[in-house]
Amino acid sequence: MIFKTINRLFKSKLQLVIITLCLFFQPFIGFSQNDTDISFFPNKSIQFIDLLITVVLITVASIVVLLLKLISNTNKTANDQTEHQKSKFKEYITNLNAAEIDVIKSKRSNSNKRLSVVIIGLLYLSPQIIFAQTGPAKREDIFSEPGIVITLVLIFIPLFFALIYLVSKVTTSFRNYNNFQKLKEAEAFAEFISDDENLPSDTELEEIKQKSTFEVVPNEISAGKKSHDSKGLLKNVTSETNYRFFATKRPPIKRPKIDPALTKLVLWFLGTAVFWLFVGSSVGEYVGIKFIVPDADTYSWLSIGRLRAVHTNLVFWAWATIGIMGLGYYIVPMVSNAPLNSIKNGWIALICVNFAMFVGAITIMAGINNGGGEYREIIWPIMAIWAVGLLLTVINFIKTIAKRTTTEIYISNWFIVASYIFILIVAFIAYIPMGQDGIGETIVQGYYMHQAVGMWFMFSMLGVLYYLLPQQLNKPIYSYSLGVLAFWSQILFYTVIGTHHFVFSALPWWLQTVAIVGSVGMLIPVVAGTTNYIMTLRGSWSKVSNSYSLPFFFVGIIYYFTGSFQGTAEAFRSTNLIWHFTDFTIAHSHITMYGIITFLLFGGIYAIVPRLTGKEPPQLGVGAHFWLALIGLQFYTIPLMIGGTLKGLMWAEGAPFIDSVVMMGPYWLWRAIGGTLMWLSHIVLVYNMYKMLQPTVDVDVKEKAFEIINQNLETNLAEPKI
Amino acid sequence: MSIFHDHKKLFTAASLLFGTLTLFVAVIPSLYNQKNSVPLYGAIPLTEAQEAGRQIYISNGCVGCHTQQVRNVDMDKTWGKRPGIAADYALSTRKSIWQNAGTLMGTERTGPDLTNIGERQPSQDWHLVHLYNPRIVTPQSIMAPYPWLFEVKDKAAKGDVKVAVPEAFMKGQKGIVVATQDGLNLVAYLQSLKQVKLPDGMPDPKFLYKKEKKEAMAVAGGAEPELNGSDLYAANCMACHQQNGEGLAGAFPPLKGSKVVLNDDSEIMVAIIMNGYNAQEQYGVMPAVGTNAGLTAEEVAAIMNHEKTSWGNDAKKVTVDQVKKLMELAKATAPVQ
Repeated sequence: MIFKTINRLFKSKLQLVIITLCLFFQPFIGFSQNDTDISFFPNKSIQFIDLLITVVLITVASIVVLLLKLISNTNKTANDQTEHQKSKFKEYITNLNAAEIDVIKSKRSNSNKRLSVVIIGLLYLSPQIIFAQTGPAKREDIFSEPGIVITLVLIFIPLFFALIYLVSKVTTSFRNYNNFQKLKEAEAFAEFISDDENLPSDTELEEIKQKSTFEVVPNEISAGKKSHDSKGLLKNVTSETNYRFFATKRPPIKRPKIDPALTKLVLWFLGTAVFWLFVGSSVGEYVGIKFIVPDADTYSWLSIGRLRAVHTNLVFWAWATIGIMGLGYYIVPMVSNAPLNSIKNGWIALICVNFAMFVGAITIMAGINNGGGEYREIIWPIMAIWAVGLLLTVINFIKTIAKRTTTEIYISNWFIVASYIFILIVAFIAYIPMGQDGIGETIVQGYYMHQAVGMWFMFSMLGVLYYLLPQQLNKPIYSYSLGVLAFWSQILFYTVIGTHHFVFSALPWWLQTVAIVGSVGMLIPVVAGTTNYIMTLRGSWSKVSNSYSLPFFFVGIIYYFTGSFQGTAEAFRSTNLIWHFTDFTIAHSHITMYGIITFLLFGGIYAIVPRLTGKEPPQLGVGAHFWLALIGLQFYTIPLMIGGTLKGLMWAEGAPFIDSVVMMGPYWLWRAIGGTLMWLSHIVLVYNMYKMLQPTVDVDVKEKAFEIINQNLETNLAEPKI
Repeated sequence: MSIFHDHKKLFTAASLLFGTLTLFVAVIPSLYNQKNSVPLYGAIPLTEAQEAGRQIYISNGCVGCHTQQVRNVDMDKTWGKRPGIAADYALSTRKSIWQNAGTLMGTERTGPDLTNIGERQPSQDWHLVHLYNPRIVTPQSIMAPYPWLFEVKDKAAKGDVKVAVPEAFMKGQKGIVVATQDGLNLVAYLQSLKQVKLPDGMPDPKFLYKKEKKEAMAVAGGAEPELNGSDLYAANCMACHQQNGEGLAGAFPPLKGSKVVLNDDSEIMVAIIMNGYNAQEQYGVMPAVGTNAGLTAEEVAAIMNHEKTSWGNDAKKVTVDQVKKLMELAKATAPVQ
């Protein structure tokens, strides 16, 4: 009995996976607790013991599962005894096929002949049971010795493979044993049907034969009549096929009724956003090259310090911001089921934001600078123009929502509208002079740069995803409540984490601790969000490959999870010690701002623009864009993460600074290569965008013909009046 | 719940939650810290030229690669004598209506930290050459060149500060490189970056995450581990005297074949390391590197032995005890600052 309950417990594989995962993460959670005077690398024994216990527990768990399987299998075979045999044989008979029935019939007419039963030789393999080594010795300090740890790991590796081997062997012998049982059963069955009394009559056999040979003829349903598609279900049937380098994408569903004026506004937002992406990433590409060729030019306007700020500001406040606004202008009226409050204010907002960014980029290059806070380099009069654009937009959105014809406010609009309110508060606090002298400026800086990322870009894009993902999949979101949970928990935790950019600095220690705690709390909205999106995707995976936008959304969701998790991992004091100030941070910011925000924006563009213009992007173009961007991002981030870690370790070891610069050389080269691929993908995007927006239309023969007919009709009607 | 259906309530609630949290993690702490941090006794406000230099520093985005914060972790000891505290930044206040205060703490360390650069590298000559093109003095550097802070003239006017740029870095230009006022101001600002000593009786904050002491190993081995003179040379001397010990013509004297280095009586050598040197017309001023960096006798000995036995130099090595004595002597003769 006990075995059976345990068996049931473990049967649910999901639980097993969760338990294993919990055990695995236990040591990592432990990291957060070492605060002071504990060095990161000379290994602290507790964590290794945790790890060892985990490994041993997993081993024991797998052995238990194996034993339970063994027990259940033996029970199964034991039960299959004579009581059931007869009814089982009856069932076999009703399922006989035509050939078999012929055999029986011929046997009946020729009853002397005996059925021969072919017996296949069996292979026996005695299962070898190897017991994995259990519980290590008690003394703790031994396990802080790297030698012991390595030895234990080395011992475990063969044991692990032995376990896998054992599992496969046991499985094989079960299968063989079962086959052996079946052969015996076959013999008994042959015996059973050789006895005429056990068999049904000839007429019955004939009926079974007829049933088994029944076949549907092609026009069975129409009973031979010619079919007619009176409902018009089939359209444009074609048997042409193309060479498939990329999965064939489904064309966009015909354009819904959207105000042409709004269409134009949204397209202008998205178009200018793509323009800024191209400019911003070209600048970034050049900055990346300058890490390898520092003497590339000697113009002050193009010096690395200035261009770096141009790159970050343009991709933040121009590309991502304008892109998000464009998607917002489409989504907010759509889910409110009401027209946009004011198209005119939308245009003013577009002009404000674009103008501010154009002037902002030039002023930074000219050396006019706010005083060196990251993403806060543009001086306040210019950012004020930018903020006016956002203010007009959010007022516009709220008024649109007020006019909504739905009862509830869809979760997308929660996220989207709230993000505008938050970024305006953030920008206001960042640029008013109060509290900005001395260390106060840096406290605000930490708050500003992280709220901009989390409460503006991320928040808004989550809202976009809550609409576009279900829309593209044509099914509702998995859980509305999870979305609500993510909304409130993200506000609660994200707001406090800014200072984790200044861990170990002169900022108040308690503020740093709050930020670290908040960073761990961020796992709640991230897990809630990811679960929601993945569960929405579940069951529709086939749609991903034949959609323009879903692959981008999928990558964005995966990076949302990994990138956010990485952010949490970086915030702990022990990890911050190695990674802070290194290129690891740059890899992280690209994983999040590119992997999440930019990929989601790409998806949004491909989801919306073809709907608005009715023109598809080139299939090859979308595929090329996706793969160049994705592979480029890997080449960009992975070398920087490796190099950043090595750099941090060198600093911890006290190596001369210049050695760490020399060491980074190859990693910076890889970064430039990855950056180039990403940049190329943006050129492809520009081309795709052009193809989706180009004004010339292919002549639709049908439409044109009716236009001509209509014209003729009109002229005919008009003629008599002359 | 009506909050789901009423946009006013919903967005007000969200804004209030966000606003309250903002108040506690950003607004109140920043106002409190602004009010309660005063400059340390001994912190000198920037002069006009230094402030102008700071503007050059800001407008060129130097903060993108250089931090100005010594964290309270052991690895940051390289960049300052003590971890930074809030009071260190109290002097950075808003100077104009257009700009923020600019603590310039930074978040990336692509280049070295500059909190204490004025003490670590006080030489104007070095900074000027380095700014014209960093690879003149540090071949492996990836820092951007700043030639627009300099002018190339046929003949230096009176009062011009000449910069010893080697032929290879002139890119075909003929003439004398002189620093512009902007360049001089920037260097003045860099020279002003020094950590201020905490008032007497106030202990320095501790550096955390100390490297595990090698003492245990030394006890087991029975002998004092020898310091790596080559690394110490790289950290303290190489910027000027170069990896090959040949210095830079017109700026920094060579150590290769130098009489001072090869002399078995190391009194002068220790005195120069500890107190600096300014006696040779054709070269720049050497700062008191040893005293500024707080080098111990063991470290000085390791550096000296590296210099005495590298690049073809073949002088007798010094012992730590000898250096100790000579350092005391040098301390006695140190110029009063």
